[in-house]
Amino acid sequence: MRFSHAIFETKTLVLAGATLVTVAIGGIVELVPLFTIETTIERVSGMRPYSPLELMGRDIYIREGCYLCHSQQIRPMRDEVERYGHYSLAAESMYDHPFQWGSKRTGPDLARVGGKYSNEWHVAHLVQPKSVVPESIMPAYGFLLERPLDYRRIEKTLKAQQVIGVPYSDEMAANAKADLTAQTDPEADTAGLAARYPKAVIADFDGNRARVTEMDALVAYLQMMGTLVKFTDVKPADLKQ
Amino acid sequence: MTVATATIPAVREDYVEDVIRAGLIATAFWGVVAFAVGVYIALQLAFPELNLGLEWTTFGRLRPVHTSAAIFAFGGNALIATSFLVVQRTCHQRLFGGATPAWFVFWGYNFFIVMAALSYVLGYSQSKEYAEPEWYLDLWLTLVWVVYLVVYAGTLMTRREDHIYVANWFYLAFIITVAMLHIVNNLAIPVSWTGARSYSVFSGVQDALIQWWYGHNAVGFFLTAGFLGMMYYFIPKAAERPVYSYRLSIIHFWALVFLYIWAGPHHLHYTALPDWAQTLGMTFSIMLWMPSWGGMINGLMTLSGAWDKLRTVPSLRFSVTAVGFYGMSTFEGPVMSIRQVNSLSHYTDWTIGHVHSGALGWVAFISFGALYYMVPVMWRRARLYSDRLVAWHFWIATLGIVLYITAMWVSGIMQGLMWRAYDELGFLQYAFVETVVAMHPFYVIRAMGGVLFLAGALIMVYNLWRTARGDERVEARPVALALRPAE
Repeated sequence: MRFSHAIFETKTLVLAGATLVTVAIGGIVELVPLFTIETTIERVSGMRPYSPLELMGRDIYIREGCYLCHSQQIRPMRDEVERYGHYSLAAESMYDHPFQWGSKRTGPDLARVGGKYSNEWHVAHLVQPKSVVPESIMPAYGFLLERPLDYRRIEKTLKAQQVIGVPYSDEMAANAKADLTAQTDPEADTAGLAARYPKAVIADFDGNRARVTEMDALVAYLQMMGTLVKFTDVKPADLKQ
Repeated sequence: MTVATATIPAVREDYVEDVIRAGLIATAFWGVVAFAVGVYIALQLAFPELNLGLEWTTFGRLRPVHTSAAIFAFGGNALIATSFLVVQRTCHQRLFGGATPAWFVFWGYNFFIVMAALSYVLGYSQSKEYAEPEWYLDLWLTLVWVVYLVVYAGTLMTRREDHIYVANWFYLAFIITVAMLHIVNNLAIPVSWTGARSYSVFSGVQDALIQWWYGHNAVGFFLTAGFLGMMYYFIPKAAERPVYSYRLSIIHFWALVFLYIWAGPHHLHYTALPDWAQTLGMTFSIMLWMPSWGGMINGLMTLSGAWDKLRTVPSLRFSVTAVGFYGMSTFEGPVMSIRQVNSLSHYTDWTIGHVHSGALGWVAFISFGALYYMVPVMWRRARLYSDRLVAWHFWIATLGIVLYITAMWVSGIMQGLMWRAYDELGFLQYAFVETVVAMHPFYVIRAMGGVLFLAGALIMVYNLWRTARGDERVEARPVALALRPAE
């Protein structure tokens, strides 16, 4: 029997069904293996879920659309590795719901900005970027310093993340509020926080002990970015995808 | 076979048309909003103090307003309005379900847009580019979209024509594919049912590829397939010629819908996405050049024997130039998807220039062509208020696009080269901020291009408003030449 295209031009459901099948194929072939091939995420140690304060800071990063001008994905070219540090691993964003790799660098990459500048620098820069980088075209975010952080839902937030596969324990969820405030107060009892979230930077980020502001959260997030994987322990074979 | 449009009898009395008129007004309105916000944030990059120190006017919050207004508000309303016209006239049938479901689609969709724009300004975003609205708005849009699909497919199924005209294939593919992309990419879990915040169920590398599978096919199916439906109806209608090749349109359709969906990984070259996926995405992106140009040829060659209509039919000038820009940006795209080219272009303003040669040159111009064609038809006017104002719009807007894309080509390549430049001692030559400073003059030129494009759109709005009112400007209009055979 000779094939005729007429059936697609006369039967709406055939046309619609064939279209859906045709557009589904490419996505299935590309997406499904990313979930099934185990080496997609490199086997490196050091990754942990975000501390409650960092997670709230990340929410502010998302709210302000920082990803529209700053990438979090260092490519393996010589200049990028020299400018920003080791190229980014898939493992380093494995707990990022959603990912924040970005697509544009109006400003520099931030994947490994953690620890590069002091807390005071970050606060000054966010309040008025031109005060530390005179040529900067970044908007000022002084209002973060004024606004108390709304963390009423932090426990629910950790539980929601649990549901989608982030390895928060019930203990972490139960201690979420205490861990959050403890991270902004070096005088507090931070042993539990440090055990649950190794390498979390504990500091009074915004210089105001009286309250937890959005600035505390955002700077805590910025200061941990790219600091979890210890690359001196990573063997090249571990990075093979 | 090739003269599908010619078989359609005269306009029926019972077509649903009010909603189309509303859609045309919404298209023009949102177009101006999208271009104005674009100009504003472009100026902010050149003169940052223009954000006035307010949290609601930062680039990060307004950029999604600009992209959503351009793609979903302007483009989406143009697609919905034209699709309702095309499906009724090529099926010779009233919209399925009558006016009520169509009005629901119109108001439901525009409600979604207003809520989305407000939520970005107030700081509610899930941070997925071109899919920023949070979960509750995503659910609402899903409902609206299902009704849209039912209205559209229902009209096709109850049509009084033998064949489904080619423009409808593209509109249908657009509706179906956007539904698939929207649902998968927005799968998320809300923190609480009473709060706005949610988290994507996907993370990291998988989320990245799902996002760009969505993102690139928002380009492929929202901004391409749907607008190709527009091309396949309005160019033959305005030129009064059949589509150049029916066979080519079949190949164009199936090749486009099959190949486009694979191209997403080219947004993730040299990232932590595994190499096999990057290579696959690059390969299909290059193959995509062929159906894109097949479509361009089909659109342009439809004018063969009727090129003089460019002089006499004002809307055609926009439609045909749009197809030219389509060809250009679908050539540039595959070039930029080659990994070695991408290593330079990625993260730079070259990408922004590429997007705008498609968005301004193709999407906006083909929509302007449809608006200039449809407004006299829908308001029952013999002609536009002024053909000369169309010419002014055309040249001002074209000049604006040229300023925009050339500024972004030059500066984008400069930016990429400065990032990777080394001095004679083997150190990186430029601090990052030096590359920011170097961009300034180009950001100014780009903003000027945007101002021109916006000015052209305002001229169009004035012209269409006077047309709808029934005014006609006294002016010399080009007349068709009396053709005679060569001797």
